[in-house]
Amino acid sequence: METIKLNYPVEGGDLIGAGEASSKMKMALKKLDLPPETIRRASICMYEGEINMVIHANGGRAEVEIAMDHIIIRMIDTGPGIPDVAQAMEEGFSTAGEIARDLGFGAGMGLPNMRRYSDEMDIQTTVGMGTTVTMKINI
Amino acid sequence: MTVKELSAALSLTEFSLPAPEAEVTGGYAGDLLSWVMGRARAGDCWITIMSNQNVAAVAVMADVACILLSEGVKPDEALLTKARQQGINLLGSGKGTFELAHDVGEKMKRQE
Repeated sequence: METIKLNYPVEGGDLIGAGEASSKMKMALKKLDLPPETIRRASICMYEGEINMVIHANGGRAEVEIAMDHIIIRMIDTGPGIPDVAQAMEEGFSTAGEIARDLGFGAGMGLPNMRRYSDEMDIQTTVGMGTTVTMKINI
Repeated sequence: MTVKELSAALSLTEFSLPAPEAEVTGGYAGDLLSWVMGRARAGDCWITIMSNQNVAAVAVMADVACILLSEGVKPDEALLTKARQQGINLLGSGKGTFELAHDVGEKMKRQE
């Protein structure tokens, strides 16, 4: 199987409607007939990344590569960056605002969930420049 | 037990039931969405009081069998529309979350 590359824009500002990119990716993965648990893990990883982008970075974009034995999801934004990655990775730590919290987000579980459901995760971030989170999910 | 059987056994309100034969294999109760995605398993009956449309997206990503709104909470219009569009089972009950979780657990135990 040749590597399939997919690109999805993530709109900023609309937390209520967030999740469109993840839903589209999930449908694409289902069409490829991948194992349900792999699809589930990839979908949660991407959805958490998408929500983070909408809350913190006014959107961005997602690049997805599907190869024979793995999926790579790259979430790329030009937002404010993460000043302390180790702190951001702690379960329960969140800088999300009141609106996000009222909707059920901001539990400080986004990045931990992305780590939990991916096999490898890398965060490249520069304050004032943006963040790229790369996740690999083995099939 | 299927979602339809669970609904009948607990006299639940069926706001949206496009996949009545989906198997309920467990349960999870919680309202913080990332917490739910981190802890709920595929096939769970997810009990929550959150009723905005993000709940639909989380249900889809986490592959839960159904969303069960507790405490008499009604889905907002956007959630209802999304559930129907995306094939999500959305149920409701006037019971409190604790009591409902107990009842779901009891019904599932009897099925074993």
